[in-house]
Amino acid sequence: MKTILFFTIGTFFGITLYMSEVSSWFRIYEMFQFNAFHMYGVIGTAVFLGVIITFSIKKLKIKSVLDQRPITIPNKETGWKRYLFGGIIFGGGWAISGACPGPMYSNLGAGFLPIIVVIFAAIFGTFVYGVIRPKLPH
Amino acid sequence: MIEFLIQPWPWYFGGTMIAIVLFLLLWTGKSFGMSSGLRTVCSMMGAGKKVSFFQYDWKAQKWNLVVSLGVILGGYIAANHIASTEAVALSPATIDQLTSMGMTDAGRHFAPDLLFSNAAFSNPYILLLLSVGGFLVGFGARYAGGCTSGHAISGISNLQLPSVIAVVGFFIGGLFVNHFILPLLF
Repeated sequence: MKTILFFTIGTFFGITLYMSEVSSWFRIYEMFQFNAFHMYGVIGTAVFLGVIITFSIKKLKIKSVLDQRPITIPNKETGWKRYLFGGIIFGGGWAISGACPGPMYSNLGAGFLPIIVVIFAAIFGTFVYGVIRPKLPH
Repeated sequence: MIEFLIQPWPWYFGGTMIAIVLFLLLWTGKSFGMSSGLRTVCSMMGAGKKVSFFQYDWKAQKWNLVVSLGVILGGYIAANHIASTEAVALSPATIDQLTSMGMTDAGRHFAPDLLFSNAAFSNPYILLLLSVGGFLVGFGARYAGGCTSGHAISGISNLQLPSVIAVVGFFIGGLFVNHFILPLLF
């Protein structure tokens, strides 16, 4: 039952990524060129509503639909190095592959098969981070 | 209504749908973060035996992979059964730039053939580019503790300063590569 629920949410998200063109390499290129408002509009709308949603969940103490426990939304650890350095590296990869992790999966389903190379490389990148993590500034 | 849904979705509609995904995942007591699944895959494949970062109860994170599998199906359904066009209404300036970079299908296709048609599999240079891009995304997302969904959407929605810093980083890296590296690559 839970599996079906999460799978359905994912399917809905995958459709959204394609239909709103967020998973299009071209749109990511255009975003970094500041040539169109589209991507900023999508992310801006999601964040605007997200702030309201997140605030409401906390304020109204909404309970989880699955286990009736209060929903907790953890704060991110404080600091700046990992966020800035990691962010810069991620952004560079985003500009080349035109896909962050969600769109990678959506593109695979949409039939852009070379994205599988990006996905395996991203798994490998995650693994390498795990290995050299103790040596990196955080 | 149907006519609206099968056209490329306008930004306000796409953004609203993403916010609904955020709500649904929070409502189930989980979080919205697509890159976490990459870590789960590493743990699943046994990376935890050697590397402590992957030593955790990944079975509790299986839901994340189920979401990812759903996203694959969603991409399939959208591309094959919903979208009435694969043209992306890019700005004329973008089309001009990309055409001069050799991506002559800009504006007509959803993704550039140069990178994502099956011909890419027999082009070592393109495979290298895709690998480098993917590697940086995976490495950077874990280093930063999240990607577009975890930081730009969920984190900023929760008014987290670290997420703002991460998104500033996304744009420093993205703008640099887009403006100074991509022209050298294509």
